[in-house]
Amino acid sequence: MGNGTSIGKVRGLGSAHEGAHHWWHQRLTAGANLILTLWFVLSIALLPAYDFETARHWIAQTQVAVPLILLVLTTFYHFRLGLQVVIEDYQHDETHIVLMVLLNFFTLAAGTTAIFSILKIAFTAGAAL
Amino acid sequence: MANVRNEARPLSPHLSIWKWGPSMAVSITHRVTGSGMATVGTILFVWWLVALASGPAAYAAFLDLFTVKSGALNIAGYVFGIGLTLSFFQHMSSGIRHLFLDQGANFELKANKTTATLTYVAAVLLTAAFWAYIIWGKTNG
Repeated sequence: MGNGTSIGKVRGLGSAHEGAHHWWHQRLTAGANLILTLWFVLSIALLPAYDFETARHWIAQTQVAVPLILLVLTTFYHFRLGLQVVIEDYQHDETHIVLMVLLNFFTLAAGTTAIFSILKIAFTAGAAL
Repeated sequence: MANVRNEARPLSPHLSIWKWGPSMAVSITHRVTGSGMATVGTILFVWWLVALASGPAAYAAFLDLFTVKSGALNIAGYVFGIGLTLSFFQHMSSGIRHLFLDQGANFELKANKTTATLTYVAAVLLTAAFWAYIIWGKTNG
């Protein structure tokens, strides 16, 4: 039953023995998202211009590329958890399973593409295209 | 399976029977804005990154969808730009309120209703400030 803290009391309970992890990860990523997305929105607002070179050189910096990759990881995991709840609330039976598979594919494909693009920009921004 | 229901049994009171208030509105708005950013927002964000990684032509094609020749936003630029930033600030305000609710706080009727309304006020003000800075802040500074 844990040592008396409220999270300790529910950990490991329920038929799957892990019912709280979805809820907890949603909150954990929410906290990370709050910092990372505010940084992103403020940085976009403060960019001097939005042309190709300016945007590329902004992302190519280590202190931008790394938090941007972290942002992709936390926001994409957060929306995957969130859309799971939406699917579970409105879709049942086979549709539920199909949509969950599609959601997992979409999240991983989009996330991998985003991170690859950030790395490609960071590693090639100085080089001729 | 899960859908099989005895038609003779009454349903529990649902959306149609309750009087709408700010708390219910914020709850469904949180879901709508989250789902919108997860789908439309994700596709545009990834597209922007891929275009930047691909080269000037791909990036020009991306910008061309949302801007006129002078570089200012066109209708689509404003619809997606304001839609996504308003969704972001609304989801963020509502999410912060949710973290307090998770602690068991802010369930008193009046405070709960007030903070629900405040998430809309905050979202509109922050979105207005963001676009005011983008459109007018730079030309003067």
